[in-house]
Amino acid sequence: MTTTLPPVKAFSTRSRLARLIPSSRYTSVLVTLVLLVAMFAVGASRYRGFASGQVVMNLFIDNAFLIVLAVGMTFVILTGGIDLSVGAVVALSTMITATLLRDGWNPLAVIVVVLLATSTLGLLVGLVIHYFDIQPFIATLAAMFLARGLCYVISLDSISITDPFFVGLAQTRIPLADRLSITPTVIIAVAVVVIAFIVLHFTRTGRTVYAIGDGGASAHLMGLPVVRTKVLVYVISGFCSGVAGILFSLYTLSGYSLTAVGMELEAIAAVVIGGTLLTGGYGFVLGSLLGVLVLGSIQTIISFDGTLSSWWTKIVIGGLLLLFIILQRILTARRH
Amino acid sequence: MSETSPAPVVEMRDISISFPGVKALDSVSFRMFPGEVHSLMGENGAGKSTLIKALTGVYPIDSGTIMLAGEPLSVNGPAQAQDAGISTVYQEVNLLSNLSVAENIMLGREPRRFGLIDWAATRRRAAEVLAGLNLDIDPASPLSSHSLAVQQLVAIARAIDIRAKVLILDEPTSSLDADEVAELFRVIRRLKDDGVAILFVSHFLDQVYEIADRLTVLRNGALVGEYRTEEILRIELVHKMIGKDIELLERLETRSKSLDSTDSAGSAPYLTAHEIGRKGSIEPTSLTIQQGEVVGLAGLLGSGRTELARLLTGADRAETGTLTVAGSQRRFRSPRAALKRRIAYSSEDRKREGIVDDLTVRDNIVLALQSDRGWFRPIPKRRRDELATSYISALGIRPADPDALVRNLSGGNQQKVLLARWLAVAPRLLILDEPTRGIDVGAKAEIQRLVANLAEEGMSVVFISAELEEVLRLSHRIAVMRDRRKVADFVNEDVTVGEIMTLIASGSEDDTDAVATTVGAGA
Amino acid sequence: MSGAQVGGRQGLASRALHSRLFWPIVTLLALFALNVIVSPSFLAIRVHDGHLFGSLIDILRNGAPTLLVALGMTVVIATRGIDLSVGAVVAIAGALACTIIADSPDPGSVATVVTAVAVALGFSLLLGAWNGLLVAALGIQPIIATLILMTAGRGIAMLITEGQIITVSSPAYKVIGGGYWLGLPASIIIAGGMFIVAALLTRRTALGLLIESVGINPAASRLAGVRSRSITWTVYVFSGLCAGVAGLMISSNVTAADANNAGLWIEMDAILAVVIGGTSLMGGRYSLTGTLVGAFIIQTLTTTVYTVGIAPEITLVFKALVVIAVCLLQSPAMRERMRRRARATTPATAKAVAS
Repeated sequence: MTTTLPPVKAFSTRSRLARLIPSSRYTSVLVTLVLLVAMFAVGASRYRGFASGQVVMNLFIDNAFLIVLAVGMTFVILTGGIDLSVGAVVALSTMITATLLRDGWNPLAVIVVVLLATSTLGLLVGLVIHYFDIQPFIATLAAMFLARGLCYVISLDSISITDPFFVGLAQTRIPLADRLSITPTVIIAVAVVVIAFIVLHFTRTGRTVYAIGDGGASAHLMGLPVVRTKVLVYVISGFCSGVAGILFSLYTLSGYSLTAVGMELEAIAAVVIGGTLLTGGYGFVLGSLLGVLVLGSIQTIISFDGTLSSWWTKIVIGGLLLLFIILQRILTARRH
Repeated sequence: MSETSPAPVVEMRDISISFPGVKALDSVSFRMFPGEVHSLMGENGAGKSTLIKALTGVYPIDSGTIMLAGEPLSVNGPAQAQDAGISTVYQEVNLLSNLSVAENIMLGREPRRFGLIDWAATRRRAAEVLAGLNLDIDPASPLSSHSLAVQQLVAIARAIDIRAKVLILDEPTSSLDADEVAELFRVIRRLKDDGVAILFVSHFLDQVYEIADRLTVLRNGALVGEYRTEEILRIELVHKMIGKDIELLERLETRSKSLDSTDSAGSAPYLTAHEIGRKGSIEPTSLTIQQGEVVGLAGLLGSGRTELARLLTGADRAETGTLTVAGSQRRFRSPRAALKRRIAYSSEDRKREGIVDDLTVRDNIVLALQSDRGWFRPIPKRRRDELATSYISALGIRPADPDALVRNLSGGNQQKVLLARWLAVAPRLLILDEPTRGIDVGAKAEIQRLVANLAEEGMSVVFISAELEEVLRLSHRIAVMRDRRKVADFVNEDVTVGEIMTLIASGSEDDTDAVATTVGAGA
Repeated sequence: MSGAQVGGRQGLASRALHSRLFWPIVTLLALFALNVIVSPSFLAIRVHDGHLFGSLIDILRNGAPTLLVALGMTVVIATRGIDLSVGAVVAIAGALACTIIADSPDPGSVATVVTAVAVALGFSLLLGAWNGLLVAALGIQPIIATLILMTAGRGIAMLITEGQIITVSSPAYKVIGGGYWLGLPASIIIAGGMFIVAALLTRRTALGLLIESVGINPAASRLAGVRSRSITWTVYVFSGLCAGVAGLMISSNVTAADANNAGLWIEMDAILAVVIGGTSLMGGRYSLTGTLVGAFIIQTLTTTVYTVGIAPEITLVFKALVVIAVCLLQSPAMRERMRRRARATTPATAKAVAS
């Protein structure tokens, strides 16, 4: 009597594929972790000297600023926003740092000024996004132009940093066990990650960030401080860009207007590869750390190999983005 | 129930709210007593949601006063309403699917130690609240891993934990099964005993009669009346919700019979649906539509009337059953496929699924016809103008300007533009879901006249309306929907208004099934 | 201050359609006026060797690639999408064409150039189709889907050029971006031609109507039987083509393909041109003319900075300020605020008129 329609095809193949992947909030991060380990295994088996602790340490040393940047970006993306200005703000921070140090300012005062300036820029961006209902994409794009332009206003030339405090800090190596060493910038970056982790997982503000990312009016109807938090994430991102800028100027010991071009893309890529959903609501700051390490490992492998050209970095990152975006698409399709 | 009637905890007096072009609430008064379940009754557009949103501060009121526990209440948003002691569970589950069950219950009120959230304590308290609801789920599990019914109970758990004076439950049972409803009612009774005032909105009359102490009926944004549940019969209640009064309906019936002069019984069926259904939406249902016939779908909100229409037109995909159109079997995967078979569906949601508000009247009228032709075969400019002007004058669309943006038209005129869009594709079957909701009397009469004329010209029409009088006036045949299935199907002449009312209003598991069968057999 | 007054008057005076081009044109005219004040010869056009020269011609010529990319971006944005990959496509198209020409035995021949152009444009279409696949078929958010090609694209371009800047000496190729036809720079004619094609394609067929319908109300469009998938696919393919042509133009103009820097930030300029031109990023009604004006505003801004004698370094600051100003003026929130203020200041008169 009753003939049953066969289930819709496109959907069933997708769900069959999806069934192969364990569904958990941690799936995406675990995939990233597996990928990182696999990359190291491949590197260790192919290149002499790859499997050393110092290679791992260098990964942190060379990417300390990117880690901090990715942390700020994670906050923004978790709410479903985006911040395109971070690369330009990093450049601006290096310029402010280098210029003020050249003019003989106290290094600590310089750091305070930089962090205040970048946080204020973030605040302005957040306020514009909220009160004028302008898309984050456009507002942070304008902020990007503004920050990059201000760099040029300060100087077109590279300004080197000779301040003894900064130089000393840049040259400091903190020895760890077994002939390993790290720089102070690594400690700062790790501290930022830890603080961000605590804020996101153990404060009401952090949970509100996730709540906003779920989209819709739920967070508002549940009586959460949506507006305040939405603006705050841009302040956080601005602040992190400032910290990243200072770390970057320690790394290069200079300020340069044209530096960090496209760094916002690297930060976004790290966050996505780290398992954070670009539409918001899902993701972990530790995943973003893993994402940065994956990006760093690609570069390390390419430099160890010697025969691979540098442009493969970009192609591989693009491929990884595709992989993770499709993975996320499958995971979200299962959730609904 | 307390004998000494205490002071009302909520007292809303003469509340009016207008939206552009609509008076959503017109001087409505409403009160709630502590320790009482109060049910707000009315069809779509009656003003139930608006009244709730006025109380919870989501919408500002234009005039009137709101008192909470004797104090004037002035809230600006849900957060303040919560602080004032009004807790709400909305119709669509308004929770965060990306967070855990415990968080959804405790978010914003998590116990803290040294400024940081104490997760162990949070989960413990969430578990206690869930235990109170007899809900045995892991508080740490993600909300999205649970069924909609459980999510609804979690939303209620959150509302309970706020320990509100007033608890608003807007359609809380629409996704629950019988056991879960029983559990919810147990909780509601316990809260009632604790002195909480509960506002219970549901379109299930059985449930309303089981749990509510008092009813307030709204219709078209106006107050019909407040009644004690035990003092009003179901059939009276349904009259108050959807009908003017019974004499008027009886008069209308005579008209519908005179209109029913064409003999449609002998003609071939244009569409036959056999046991089509979709999980969570509508039980397997059969329906036959003859050529040139107007089939009315009668039933309350949530009865399955819209859901059935969506399956017939590919707006939703049917999971079971077969569909035969003009003699051959079809399976509609999209509205486009149905349109190819000349079946058009005008959605009840005019704003979201009907008009394209930033386009002109002309573009809105030609849209369906144009997408049928494909983008590379544009309808010539002259033909477009002809279509637009002819429909504007035939349907009396005002302003009579093909270049006016549809967003600037009144609701009635927007509806006429939509009708024009569907008529332009010359459908064999036109399904109109609430085409007259929220529009003025004049436009309503014009649309009704149009439907009658179309049927006379041989078009089949399915007419869905919350207003029984309309369905009776227009339909040759009436299918009565209740509890997501068809309960009766008969020729309009063979039935009295009273019988239909009884069918719509009756409880699900009693003698009405017998009525349904006998009437159905008569058809 | 004066903005509120103008906003109020305008709200009373004209419909949304008129106001959409109002601010962009005012901005463009203001920039022209500023240029004329500083350099009175700004509007002058000289004829030299049968070719037209002058500041305005320069603006048109230099703005041509941005305009092209912005054309494609306009229709993509109209469907509620965005295409971040156009800059990468610009680089790839240029790299492909230049590599083919440089590798051929006869770089100057028209046949070689035609082959190179055809291959480059064909590949651009393919890249557009790839974006369309991700967005329309897999249902990935446009900003995310096109981010993939934005990131990988420059790597692909460098793969093609093997990391070198490929210089070509082919007079036939040079024509596309640096030559003259009928006294006008060829790039202006190409961009103008594409503009006309796009306008005809969307307004003479039903494509424009269906694009807008999908962008304004996808749910209603579905019920009306609109094939939104193929529409979405089409706009991304078109965007890829536009970016490809722009890539040829840019590489031809400098007779070299620079995988790193060709079309850098052009996606941002294009999006700005679209937004300044009055097309909302939320999709729906779009204006190709608005985009045209928007693209010229951006180019004129750059030129103005030079003529006015502001240090060229701060072009970006200037740009940022203009973008912020135009976006704020066009934001619905701002308009609402202005309307309310206008209403609040004139209730007495309104009442008097009413009674």
